[in-house]
Amino acid sequence: MSMEEDLPGTGDQKKFLYVNRRAPYGTIYALESLEVVLIGAAFDQDVSLAFFDDGVYQIVKDQDTSGIGMKNFSPTYRALGDYEVTRLYVEKESLEERGLTPDDLMEITYEDEDDDWAEKPSVRLVSRAELSEVMAEQDVILSF
Amino acid sequence: MLHTVNKSPFEKSTFESCLNHARPGDAVLLIEDGVYGAVKGTAVSGQVAKFNGDLKLYALGPDLAARGIKDASLMEGVSVVDYGGFVDLVAKHDVSQAWL
Amino acid sequence: MPYQMNGTTVEHDEEGYIEELDKWSKELAEIIAQDENIDMTEEHWEVVNFLRDYYEEYQIAPAVRVLIKSIKKSMGKEKGNNKYLYTLFPYGPAKQACKIAGLPKPTGCV
Repeated sequence: MSMEEDLPGTGDQKKFLYVNRRAPYGTIYALESLEVVLIGAAFDQDVSLAFFDDGVYQIVKDQDTSGIGMKNFSPTYRALGDYEVTRLYVEKESLEERGLTPDDLMEITYEDEDDDWAEKPSVRLVSRAELSEVMAEQDVILSF
Repeated sequence: MLHTVNKSPFEKSTFESCLNHARPGDAVLLIEDGVYGAVKGTAVSGQVAKFNGDLKLYALGPDLAARGIKDASLMEGVSVVDYGGFVDLVAKHDVSQAWL
Repeated sequence: MPYQMNGTTVEHDEEGYIEELDKWSKELAEIIAQDENIDMTEEHWEVVNFLRDYYEEYQIAPAVRVLIKSIKKSMGKEKGNNKYLYTLFPYGPAKQACKIAGLPKPTGCV
């Protein structure tokens, strides 16, 4: 399939959840997950992301990798809205365990096509129990 | 839902996170180093026991055997499955979540 | 063959994308464009600059459908459409324009 073509929808949308549980730079998981999300976004499915455990560290603001010789890929999370990935579930308990608050997270938004392109937050804070429910509703869970 | 866990509970909090996110009626299959979490009388077995009953615990036999873990060392309520049983568990549940 | 410019050379991969993004310059862009049989006009530069700004902000080269949508949003639908962008870059607006812009191959290509 040519990269320049939009992939046809299957007409049968499935719910995909990408689970992110790792800190961003110690292992390759976070970056790999993000790349798979961007590639998978071509396949017209219902895609959302979950961040819990150390995964919440992926979306904290003010990341600066200039001293460690690695690419700072945190700005790319803010492009997810362009790829129609508009739901990022973040677990409150994981933030609290790490001394973080929602204010420590990057501002990640999307433009709602159905609401005159109003800019809305993509991050949804959920409790552990709510996150369990979100996971239970999925057709496919991809863990990183 | 079927959860699989492949990390030792003594090195990573993966198993603990899985237990905290699983819902009653879910199945948890311990594989690879995850099988250490099925052993009784360890620092984590008390916590695991709290979920026993709500969750169905399985451990993969070949991984237990490879690590010298005898059935008699397993916590109560843990069922041992072979590779065929692993496949059956995946087939039986609509969704699988791999805790890595 | 690396790109040749003012007596210096700039390495690229087998598809022509340069390997060190900070080696890019407007002069190099013209040279890459020549290789692609494209005469750079103001309209071409508008897309190339848009891609560079997008990369600067998000650290990725957008997939073609994202590029078209974003251009539509910022420059209007006369430019944010397949026909216009493929006329400028016949081998694909994302792929070819990214190469000229000195960016990696677009993320989200399958």
